[in-house]
Amino acid sequence: MSAETLTSKRIERRAARARRIRDSRTDRVFMFCVYLLLTVFLLVVLLPLVYIVASSFSSPEAVSAGRVTFWPVEFSLRGYKAVFENPQIIQGYANSLFYTVVGTVVSVVMTIAIAYPMSRRTLVGRNLVMSLILFTMLFTGGLIPTYLVVQQAGLLDTRWALIVPQAIGVWQVIIARTYFRTVIPEELVEASQLDGCGDLRFLWSVVIPLAKPMIAVIALMYAIYQWNSYFDALIYLKNPDLFPLQIVLRNILILNTYSGGAIDASVVLQRQQLADLLKYSLIVVASVPVLIIYPFVARYFTKGIMIGAVKG
Amino acid sequence: MAVLTSIPPPVGEAPTRRRRRRRSERVTVTRLRRSLRRHWTLYLLMAVPLVWFGVFKYIPMANAVLAFKNYNVVRGIWGSQWVGWQNFELFFQNPVFWTLVKNTFLLSVYTVAASFPLAIILALALNEIRVGLFKKTVQLVTYAPYFISTVVVVSMTILMLSPRLGLVNDAIGLFGVPAIDFLGNPDYFRHIYVWSDVWQTTGYSAVIYLAALAGVDPALHESAKIDGATRWQRIRHVDLPGIMPTAVIILVLAVGNIMAIGFEKAFLLQNPLNLSESEIIATYVYKTGLLNADFSLATAVGLFNSVINLVLLLGVNTIAKRITGNGLWS
Repeated sequence: MSAETLTSKRIERRAARARRIRDSRTDRVFMFCVYLLLTVFLLVVLLPLVYIVASSFSSPEAVSAGRVTFWPVEFSLRGYKAVFENPQIIQGYANSLFYTVVGTVVSVVMTIAIAYPMSRRTLVGRNLVMSLILFTMLFTGGLIPTYLVVQQAGLLDTRWALIVPQAIGVWQVIIARTYFRTVIPEELVEASQLDGCGDLRFLWSVVIPLAKPMIAVIALMYAIYQWNSYFDALIYLKNPDLFPLQIVLRNILILNTYSGGAIDASVVLQRQQLADLLKYSLIVVASVPVLIIYPFVARYFTKGIMIGAVKG
Repeated sequence: MAVLTSIPPPVGEAPTRRRRRRRSERVTVTRLRRSLRRHWTLYLLMAVPLVWFGVFKYIPMANAVLAFKNYNVVRGIWGSQWVGWQNFELFFQNPVFWTLVKNTFLLSVYTVAASFPLAIILALALNEIRVGLFKKTVQLVTYAPYFISTVVVVSMTILMLSPRLGLVNDAIGLFGVPAIDFLGNPDYFRHIYVWSDVWQTTGYSAVIYLAALAGVDPALHESAKIDGATRWQRIRHVDLPGIMPTAVIILVLAVGNIMAIGFEKAFLLQNPLNLSESEIIATYVYKTGLLNADFSLATAVGLFNSVINLVLLLGVNTIAKRITGNGLWS
């Protein structure tokens, strides 16, 4: 490369820089503040998470002495070992998995079953149905009246108590209906009817394949709700074998019921230290499934919120 | 089938009003009949979810008459004896009444006041950065806590604030402040509740505003730029008015839910030491109803709460519509 082209390139670049609208000084100060603010937000959310993870990989002694900050101290997996040796936790995990899978399937089927007909303009009475459904968002009977229904339905202390009473979410119905309405044009319905396709066939072979992204979104919403819920189990279940993970978590993490009958002081101390550590590891173990899926689906989730935010 | 589906055209003089109304009724009935015949499979499909709404949403509403009865397990809800407003009077005369209302109300108002502006600020700041790894990271991280369960968030809070193990006490210990038992002191309860809530939900709430910001007409920004507006001025005069309708709806919903504040979290954070500030209506209903088995009183308390909530929602919605022209329904 000759010296001549080099200079001309440099001149060109300088000219380009001059042409671009440059941020004024106030704007640059402003952008600095924006970055600063976002960094603060980021750290405030991130640091507690880092602290929990760091503690979970530390030794029981370091955790109990409060020596851990944002990096594991005396790296160990004792906490995780204790988590996976606890039969309650394993049982809770399995139960939660069951509730999440079955509950999500039931919820999604029910939601589509009501949202799709309501999206069809030729159906008489769909506005009345929609009002009836929306009203349940504004006004509810309350805890006790609902409890009595669940009791009378014979669901108390069965697995179905965690699945049936909260099968349908109004918000998800709104999302599904809006999606069906905007994505399935009436012309498509008419065309398929001319070809002799019935309503159910049309729903199964045309609508559901077209609505896969939305179905994924509502399925996720229901799955996360099921995985994270504990209140229904608290009021409807007595049998510890049916407890979902969240109830087990509450018993161990908040009510401190992780201790066996220990005899001498050093054993008590060790148990206490292990119990402290176990909490951190348990938090990680309980949150990891949801947090692992989440980055992959965050985009769709965002879309779902946006669909839901559209009125109508 | 020989069902008459079309209405014979009226002969002679113009239809009177009554006749016209009767005709429109007839049209609806025929339309319904025709629709039923054509779409009976869809109606059948709706049946199960509709029954579900009836059983799990509307029967509980009917069951709320329990508030006016003295519940008797043997006689059931409808067979129990009417007692009029006695349960409500009992509740209003109870010395805890005002504490409960105050705690519920303050906790909610504080939550709304703290999280509503912060979500908007986060969204506006994120919106200033168009692309890049930094934006993605901030969004992904701030959004994440929403997916963590309430039980875990509360446990994390308790662990972090613990006087023995907690990071927070370690941090303030560096400045020579002695360890504080945050959860054992009622004065701190509201702050703990609200700020852990903000921690968990701000990133999630910001998404809605980001969507609204994406809908702001770029031409407005262009012309503002040409007129020499700074970034701050563009936020104030272009972005903020742009997300106003969304913000109003979110605020109406939040205020409308003021009495319906989450039972789950208050209940988990509660302990005998902070009860004076942490007992809210929902936790009280749980304790009287399910732990003490006083179904009627608990139903009355719950009904009181639901009605206040509904009134608040309708009221706020009306005010919002009058001031800004935006409401939940038109």
